[in-house]
Amino acid sequence: MSILVNKDTRVLVQGITGREGRFHAEQMQKYGTKIVAGVTPGKGGQEALGVPVYDTVAEALKNHTVDASIIFVPAAAAADAALEAAHAGVPLVILITEGIPTLDMVAAVKEIKDLGVRLIGGNCPGLISSEEAKLGIMPGHVFKKGRVGLISRSGTLTYEAAAALSNSGLGTTTTVGIGGDPIIGTTFKDLLPLFNDDPETEAVVVIGEIGGSDEEEAAAWVKENMKKPVVGFIGGRSAPKGKRMGHAGAIIMGDVGTPESKLKAFAEAGIPVADTIDEIVDLVKKAL
Amino acid sequence: MKLHEFQAKELLAQEGVPVPAGKVAYTPEEAERIAKEYGKLVVIKAQVYVGGRGKAGGVKLAKPEESREVASKILGMDIKGLTVKKVLVAEAVDIAKEYYAGFIIDRSTQRVVLMLSKEGGVDIEEVAKTNPSAIVKYAIDPHKGLRGFEARQVVKEAGLEGNLNRLAGAIVKLYKAFVKSDASLAEINPLVVTDQGDVVAADAKINLDDNALFRHPDLARLREVEAEHPLEIEASNYGFAYVKLDGDVGVIGNGAGLVMYTLDLVNRAGGKPANFLDIGGGAKADVVYNAVKLVAKDPDVKGIFINIFGGITRADEVAKGVIKALEEGIIKVPVVMRVAGTAEEEAKKLLEGKPIYLYPNSLEAASAIVTMVGGQK
Repeated sequence: MSILVNKDTRVLVQGITGREGRFHAEQMQKYGTKIVAGVTPGKGGQEALGVPVYDTVAEALKNHTVDASIIFVPAAAAADAALEAAHAGVPLVILITEGIPTLDMVAAVKEIKDLGVRLIGGNCPGLISSEEAKLGIMPGHVFKKGRVGLISRSGTLTYEAAAALSNSGLGTTTTVGIGGDPIIGTTFKDLLPLFNDDPETEAVVVIGEIGGSDEEEAAAWVKENMKKPVVGFIGGRSAPKGKRMGHAGAIIMGDVGTPESKLKAFAEAGIPVADTIDEIVDLVKKAL
Repeated sequence: MKLHEFQAKELLAQEGVPVPAGKVAYTPEEAERIAKEYGKLVVIKAQVYVGGRGKAGGVKLAKPEESREVASKILGMDIKGLTVKKVLVAEAVDIAKEYYAGFIIDRSTQRVVLMLSKEGGVDIEEVAKTNPSAIVKYAIDPHKGLRGFEARQVVKEAGLEGNLNRLAGAIVKLYKAFVKSDASLAEINPLVVTDQGDVVAADAKINLDDNALFRHPDLARLREVEAEHPLEIEASNYGFAYVKLDGDVGVIGNGAGLVMYTLDLVNRAGGKPANFLDIGGGAKADVVYNAVKLVAKDPDVKGIFINIFGGITRADEVAKGVIKALEEGIIKVPVVMRVAGTAEEEAKKLLEGKPIYLYPNSLEAASAIVTMVGGQK
């Protein structure tokens, strides 16, 4: 079991004919992901990676059943592509693109939520259900099937954590990179209930970082509702205030987003916090 | 990207927000000419990208005949490490009331939020700390925008006194300027009600969303590179996410999360990072070479820590880039590396026998580099 995606998930790739889209879609296929079609406006009728390409998402949906769409469209058109998928009726939209104008996301996130569609990202590595399906850009080989759910605002650090969990024999069920931008479709607290209900997930690791208050909100949810152990991590604890550390969302503004506030929230919810990536494994083992 | 006060005021004026007449001067003589043209009391304000200009002595009232001398004191002044190269000379306003109006992108509501307060003219972050109830917040529906009636309700709720339509009008126009320029922050502080009952933006601040600059070439052109650290300018030319910090350990990694974590590890080991540098995903050898060259150029750097977890990025490509920099002799300081993930074995083979300290994990690598630069606690 896993959350959101598995080996049967039928996937549409928006931007399949672009350089990034083609490369990653091919990697996804190699991992075993079931890609059924692609969309690139103006390239309808072509074929890419053995699947048909359509001009619009609506056309693709006339010919295929689609459970999720993954988007590799350039930043200027990315929010529009996500809206297109949501309006066409795709229930799960994964937006990989980095550098999307923030106000585009403010408008798109509201509209997509109003449609009842789940959006993950933007500026995210996507999600992977270990040894089943990869809808993202992560290196698939570091994810071994196992017992831990993993949620993260970072990309590379997620791979590190997944590798550590794999090497320890714990492994992962589903890993979701929620993205490093200030406005994203899905936050930690949106995913925790899914892991809580997934019978194969025995513990959840939350890899947070400075900036915003997603970690505090997740901690509050855990305190009230979570039946499974949660282990936390906060990246950027030594970062100076007011400086943006790569991720647009990783910035301490005034008193919001400080590591102290996040550590306090985790402590109050009884969530042990790992100081290093290796320590995550120890804490998960201890909690299980 | 930040805008200067005079640039922010221009954007407001375009939307119809009343701003005091003002012009920019680069010399005391120009300032005097402008002040004499207005023929009345003016305020001379340093135009630098930092707050707290008033406290630093960068904002002064002057009569036209005093304006040359006052401007000569402000021009060339150092405010928080930035040299004042220009001043705004603006007509002084008669202040009856000073309020605060601002828009930010709020992450928890995922909306643009209006913040309005009677406590204007002071640092709003201070107000948020000492008297949070003095700030009224209102989240805006992105598809409807801020309508007049909503602005009027918020003005009433915040207890602002003065002409309701003028106050609400200025706030709606500020929102329009925010959206039109793709801002991440837009504020008027103070929003002044004058003795005559006029509503005027006496000061303004706008920060722009870097992600949206591509559709505002006219605003993108206003970026002043001399205000940034020269290494940050060079890094942005290479397309790196780079932040100059005040320590002596150069840090390079792939992925913002991993680089942030690497800074944390250096700190934990008792050291201080000299920079944040993310080479991004899928970097080839030449990109890595440029990153190493950039960090090695920083005179503060006494040692370099390269932390790579290969995903899309191949560890052997990273190794090739580092080796090229070594062979060209541009690295004069010790280099500690940790490589894992995709093509890890190939990378290790390439690095064998090279003057590089290779460690199996990040923690050991961090301790090693901190010891090497002599910064261990």
